[in-house]
Amino acid sequence: MPREKKPVAVASRSNGHVPNGTTEKITAKSKKPQHKETFDQVPLDRAITTYFSYALMIFWGYIWDALRQIGLIKDGHGEATCKDDLFKLKMEWTGFYTRNVYRRMRDCFNRPVCGVPGAYIDLVDRKSDDFNWTFKNVGTKTRCLNLGSYNYLGFAEEKGPCADAAIQSIHEYGAGTNSSRVDLGTLQCIQDLEEKVAEFVRKAAAIVFGMGFSTNSTNIPALVEKGCLILSDALNHASVVTGAKLSGATIRVFKHNDIESLEYLLREAIVKGQPRTHRPWKKILIIVEGIYSMEGSVPRLHEIIELKKKYKAYLYLDEAHSIGAMGPTGRGVTEYLGVDPADVDIMMGTFTKSFGGCGGYIAATEDIINHLRSHSHAAIYASAMSAPVALQILTSMKIIMGEDGTNEGQKRVTQLIENTRYFRKRLKEMKFTVYGNDDSPVVPIIVYQPGRIQAISRKLREKKIAVVGVGYPATSIVEGRIRICLSAAHTREMLDTVLKEFGDICSTLWMGNDTVKDKTS
Amino acid sequence: MVTAPLVHLTNQITHTSLVIGLGTIFTASLFCGLIDRLRGVGGTMSTSDYSYITIFEGILLYASEAPTYHIILEVALVLWIIKLLFFTQKYHPNASDKPTPEEEESLIHDWEPEPLVPPLSDDNKVPESPIVTGMTGTYVTVDGKKCLNLATFNFLGLLNKKNIHEVAETTIKKYGVGSCGPRGFYGTMDVHIDLEEKLAEFTGREEAIVYSFGFAAIASAIPAYSKRGDIIFCDEGVGFAVQKGLSASRSQLKYFKHNDMEDLEKLLLDQEKKDKRNPDKAKKARKFIVAEALYMNYGDLVPLKKLVEFRKRFGVAIILEESLSFGVLGKTGKGAVEHFNLTNDDVDIVCASMSLSMATMGGFCAGKTFVIDHQRLSGVGYCFSASLPPFLATAGSEALSIMKESPAMFQELREKAKLFRQLLNDISEIRVEGFEESPLIHIYLAHSQGSRELDKNLLDQIVSDCYQEGIAIVTAKYLESQEHNLPPPSIRLAVSVEHTKEELTKGAQVLKNVFEKRCQ
Repeated sequence: MPREKKPVAVASRSNGHVPNGTTEKITAKSKKPQHKETFDQVPLDRAITTYFSYALMIFWGYIWDALRQIGLIKDGHGEATCKDDLFKLKMEWTGFYTRNVYRRMRDCFNRPVCGVPGAYIDLVDRKSDDFNWTFKNVGTKTRCLNLGSYNYLGFAEEKGPCADAAIQSIHEYGAGTNSSRVDLGTLQCIQDLEEKVAEFVRKAAAIVFGMGFSTNSTNIPALVEKGCLILSDALNHASVVTGAKLSGATIRVFKHNDIESLEYLLREAIVKGQPRTHRPWKKILIIVEGIYSMEGSVPRLHEIIELKKKYKAYLYLDEAHSIGAMGPTGRGVTEYLGVDPADVDIMMGTFTKSFGGCGGYIAATEDIINHLRSHSHAAIYASAMSAPVALQILTSMKIIMGEDGTNEGQKRVTQLIENTRYFRKRLKEMKFTVYGNDDSPVVPIIVYQPGRIQAISRKLREKKIAVVGVGYPATSIVEGRIRICLSAAHTREMLDTVLKEFGDICSTLWMGNDTVKDKTS
Repeated sequence: MVTAPLVHLTNQITHTSLVIGLGTIFTASLFCGLIDRLRGVGGTMSTSDYSYITIFEGILLYASEAPTYHIILEVALVLWIIKLLFFTQKYHPNASDKPTPEEEESLIHDWEPEPLVPPLSDDNKVPESPIVTGMTGTYVTVDGKKCLNLATFNFLGLLNKKNIHEVAETTIKKYGVGSCGPRGFYGTMDVHIDLEEKLAEFTGREEAIVYSFGFAAIASAIPAYSKRGDIIFCDEGVGFAVQKGLSASRSQLKYFKHNDMEDLEKLLLDQEKKDKRNPDKAKKARKFIVAEALYMNYGDLVPLKKLVEFRKRFGVAIILEESLSFGVLGKTGKGAVEHFNLTNDDVDIVCASMSLSMATMGGFCAGKTFVIDHQRLSGVGYCFSASLPPFLATAGSEALSIMKESPAMFQELREKAKLFRQLLNDISEIRVEGFEESPLIHIYLAHSQGSRELDKNLLDQIVSDCYQEGIAIVTAKYLESQEHNLPPPSIRLAVSVEHTKEELTKGAQVLKNVFEKRCQ
């Protein structure tokens, strides 16, 4: 098993803090020309029109709700049979939003799929006779180019070594599991997977769980408790937020990728201590993500690690999107940025995206993993990962590492990097506002207005291209976007088709020609 | 130290009142004097000229005529006020609290965080998780040794059903393994919709929603409905996933004693009184009862009829966790509602993990369409998580088909559970509690060894002895510091419909021997 290589001076501390270490102030500008990310100020005209769109929908919504109240409009889904509303859902703002705003674009979400989510995806054709309240299957399906699924390395495959291994394990272990890890849920294949994951992410040990969301939400509470402080990036995923809430620790949020904001909070926390009692914090945990799923941005790990060492905090890196998808050999964002994995205390990631499986892992030192084995909520109370999933991940990971004796895995990683660079470059040439890191396969294209999100999503669907449109509340109100997830399974021709169709549609919607300012930070 | 702020306060008040007082006196005297002067000179000037005198001229006029000592005094007064207003160091009571940069550095330097995880010690051991190879059926291979399996929740023996394996295999050949996306973004496969429809049909409810992890189902469902300001009446004995859902909801939690309906009634009556005092607030607050049908931590049954009565009487919605009872209780395995001959309208939401009876992964919630649909945007574990791998969804669908086709197995399972319980009752060293038909049985030491630790050690020894004898059993494990109400140490046995009478007898016999040997 690989061991972490640590300098002797820091071996005594698990967070890598050097005693009497550097105390000079770390400035945001001190590092890394490679950290090139684009963010754009939302132009005022776009902001106004976007706010106006939402305001109009909300205004219209109130009128329709009033008409519903007096019985002039009879629509809705399931309210009729729900007479005694003990849940009091009708007065929820979410209810209003769902009825009047979300419903208008409901056909753009939850599109049913009837095939493998590879480079192409089979979408079930459906129609709605009642303005998107309910959908009916028409009975046909459309094969679309898939730019919506998280299939970065193209391991979502119905045949090939991964699927074969998974099928074999069904007959060996069964499809599901019905025991937790501490009972009789530690299957041999899960054990093998954990060793492989540790080797892959270059940590001493790893533990895997059956659900990516729960990996965060059930393990953060095992690491921090009341009296500890969590410094969380403003754009962290809901699972991190849930885990942080459940832990009972104090949560403070720093601006997205803003090192100064983080340092200010760290200083303030240590100097002032806990609120009211002013006792020193027990520990401080910084939580950042490898690739932020809605922005496509990459954390400034170098600066964060410097801060972490200076202030003796711990670092939790959620590589849900970046593992497999970043770095020359797919080892994630640490490899991409040239950071020593030993400097990151907890490396978390998921298997849904690059490995075509499901679930998540946490990799760290042996002490930490042993602690999690006995203290993680999911390890004790939830059922273990299912064997076919473990085999899918194990096999795909071996391919990425080249252990299958071919360079298939490396080819995929390289293909993804090339696809990403090409696609992002072309989009910028076409003058679209594209957020995020130039090497991130998550490509958000900002289209602002909710009407445009729907229009682009529907028109691309007509052109047999599947993309994801995201608006409020998943993003800020003015930054509605089309999110494209690239894959190693895409070919140059596919990307050209997408770019052409996308350009055509956007030009009919008076889009493009945005003034993008490159901000090299 | 209490006096310090008081002194500060008095200082401040004196300071302010001094400035204001002196200011007023000065201005007043100035104006009075001025007006006096003007009146005085008024005699020598015509009234029309009077209006041309500016204040400045007035001051000059005044100064030329006033006595010298008066002017000196007033100038001094003005200077003093200016000094008070602009040149006195402002007093900040918290200023002294603010550390200098040097002090900050030394604070940062001196701060020593706790290690990220506590060091390993005797109390904090690495759990020994035995490694399982091959299929977990009636028998299980643990660390290379084949044992009779009385530990895993394979109640209906569906984990090793060939049909299910074939269905799962076909699905992988069509869909691959993972779904590669959350439900909203191309992660909804037709097989998920199919499973949801089948679950709704099986439970006889309008709609079901499938989560990709059993733990996340109830933990997301509760906070989807219950928010800050709402009230949850909750049994003390609920399992850990439910507890996490409760704390994530940030609602007001009112725990009643485990299965104690009088205690619950008291809490509800209290609340009713409070509601009468504050009807506006009561109108807004949602109220829920959260309970488990069969308690994972105790193996006993909820008095559901009483809960339903309270639901009608107090207008409280019921959220029922059915992980253990789904596919176990009731004539057709629908769970506790069927067992108690109630209707689906009596219990608003049922929630269950699919990794027990259904032998797949994930969890589901079922109820009215309008209510369940709310989770599709508000259930965090649904919205923000990748969907269930398609082959596990079809495995679940197939499991439901099997359950529907052979309803006799539920009765058979309950009878086997009853039989095993009777066999266990012969062991004098243990106490068997819980619902007699529950396939999950907790056995406790009849006579405690004196402390929880000793009891646990003894039970651990018994478990490892049983492994030697070829019986795989486990102790019930808890996160002791985090459980709301820690159950006493126990061994948790699970009966499957696949167990033969001989196997159960053998299991009970081995247990009896081991207990007799260890508890002498």
